[in-house]
Amino acid sequence: MISTILSLDPMLEGGVLWTPLIIVLVKVLLVFVVGLVATMLMVWFERKVIAGMQNRVGPNKAGPWGILQTLADGIKLFFKEDLIPERSDRFMFRLAPYLALVPAFLSFAIIPLGGDFRDGKGGLVTLFGHQTRLQLADPPIGVLFALAISSIAVYGLMLAGWSSGSKYPLLGAVRASAQMVSYEAALGLSLGAVLLVSGTLSTAGIVDMQSSIGNWNIVATGFVPFVIFMIAATAELNRPPFDLVEAEQELVGGFNTEYSSIRFALFYLAEFMNTVTMSALIVTLFFGGPQPIAIGNTTLDIPFVPNAIEGTIWLLLKVLVFLYVYVWFRATLPRFRYDQLMDLGWKILIPGSLGWFMLLAAQRVGRDAGWDQIVVTLVTALVLICGYGLLLAAQHVSRANREKDGASF
Amino acid sequence: MELFVFVVAAAMVLVGALGVVTRSNPVHAAMSLVLTLFGIAVMFVAHNAHFLAAVQVIVYAGAIVVLFLFVIMLLGVDQAEDLSVEPITNQRPLAAIIGLGVTGIVIAAIVSSRAGFRVIGDGINETTVESPDANITQLARAIFSDNVFAFEITSVLLLVAVIGTVVMARKSKSVGTGK
Repeated sequence: MISTILSLDPMLEGGVLWTPLIIVLVKVLLVFVVGLVATMLMVWFERKVIAGMQNRVGPNKAGPWGILQTLADGIKLFFKEDLIPERSDRFMFRLAPYLALVPAFLSFAIIPLGGDFRDGKGGLVTLFGHQTRLQLADPPIGVLFALAISSIAVYGLMLAGWSSGSKYPLLGAVRASAQMVSYEAALGLSLGAVLLVSGTLSTAGIVDMQSSIGNWNIVATGFVPFVIFMIAATAELNRPPFDLVEAEQELVGGFNTEYSSIRFALFYLAEFMNTVTMSALIVTLFFGGPQPIAIGNTTLDIPFVPNAIEGTIWLLLKVLVFLYVYVWFRATLPRFRYDQLMDLGWKILIPGSLGWFMLLAAQRVGRDAGWDQIVVTLVTALVLICGYGLLLAAQHVSRANREKDGASF
Repeated sequence: MELFVFVVAAAMVLVGALGVVTRSNPVHAAMSLVLTLFGIAVMFVAHNAHFLAAVQVIVYAGAIVVLFLFVIMLLGVDQAEDLSVEPITNQRPLAAIIGLGVTGIVIAAIVSSRAGFRVIGDGINETTVESPDANITQLARAIFSDNVFAFEITSVLLLVAVIGTVVMARKSKSVGTGK
């Protein structure tokens, strides 16, 4: 009973004992600390890489290569005066930073952080005689948990902007919520493609399916869902080029304009924490998570390291690639205009992911029924092209109508 | 353990529901609604309906209440309402009578169907370590093969509602922007 409530960890079956309890507590502590340290390093990494790309030095005073700069900033923010605006809604103003921070930590719980997925072991490791997974929780709803959490994360931003009691934060909050609600649909639909291919919701199960590069979901789902997921995730994180939430030329600082001191630091922390979590989620869903890189039957093995720890190293390397990509986006791409953002989300990403989902589903049905795969693909593609043509025609008509009414866009 | 979970979740639901009714600030009321929805999600998990709990959070707490808040902020009705003025006369006594009536009917229904409480249905497939998706597979089979017609009809109903809203909300050309 308890095991199904908390998580699907084999360790928790048959009553709660002391050792499993301690293992769970250590896991919670470890995930918390790893999350914080990863965020701290991510802030430093981003500043350093961006500085390199812009021909600057970046932080270089605190610690070796300026690695302690984030810690110094954090301590400074701790000791600054905490201001609450006169016209703010005090309770919500205080609550909002925690509503932003808690979801950021929670979604880290379902990421498999290591473990041995080779030879059908399914990521199980034995700790002090108890079989367990190197992830905090593996709930039956699996990756839907991440979706649920990311849909909750919007409250922190919204309430922060609203409760500040001034105009710019409110505008930022309205933008943020519209953007996050719009891109959540694309995020969920491209995730659907992964679930269709893997046939399971559990993150450990999804990782388990991706044993070699040919089985990685980026290949198995045909690349398009990955691109859509990546774009939607960037928008969901409010990172450049989708950072309209804090477009400083237009909104001063966006939803967190009125925040100062440690409350501001919590928002900042949540933002970078979300970036780390989202990168880890992308790696888990599309790139085999802690699985080593393997082509066919040849596995790239790190010598002298136990397989379970090797998983953590692989995960770290893969996540690092995506963190770099996010920084790269920020340094390279100019910010979208608001109507471009909405057009991309509603007119391209959502129909695109829906169509690709239909294609994958048709192929799967065709495989089960023994139909010719090429015919199935061609027919589905034809249907999709017809559907997209109708969508374009509808958009054309509505634009013509609007122009007739005198609207200028 | 089960009793403890139930008590906590029920307290969340009731406190949230009371908050929705009693808070005069619309944003606070909406946040109380979120608390209620979370309480219901906890209840679902306690009954092994994990998928329903996830949907509850994703759809209701994550999308619908967010849209409520969005409308509240966009329309700028986020100031506390003055509750001393009644737009419709005598609505308070009428509301009290109707509320008591509905409560009476619900209690009567519970009391009269007391015998049926202990009946347990066919049972849902419990999720286990070996088959973590058993529950979802069962649910999917029920929706997409056994009751697929009802499911499709429901989606048509939603589509009709959306189209109806768009048609009604559109400005007619004669009123227009005046150009």
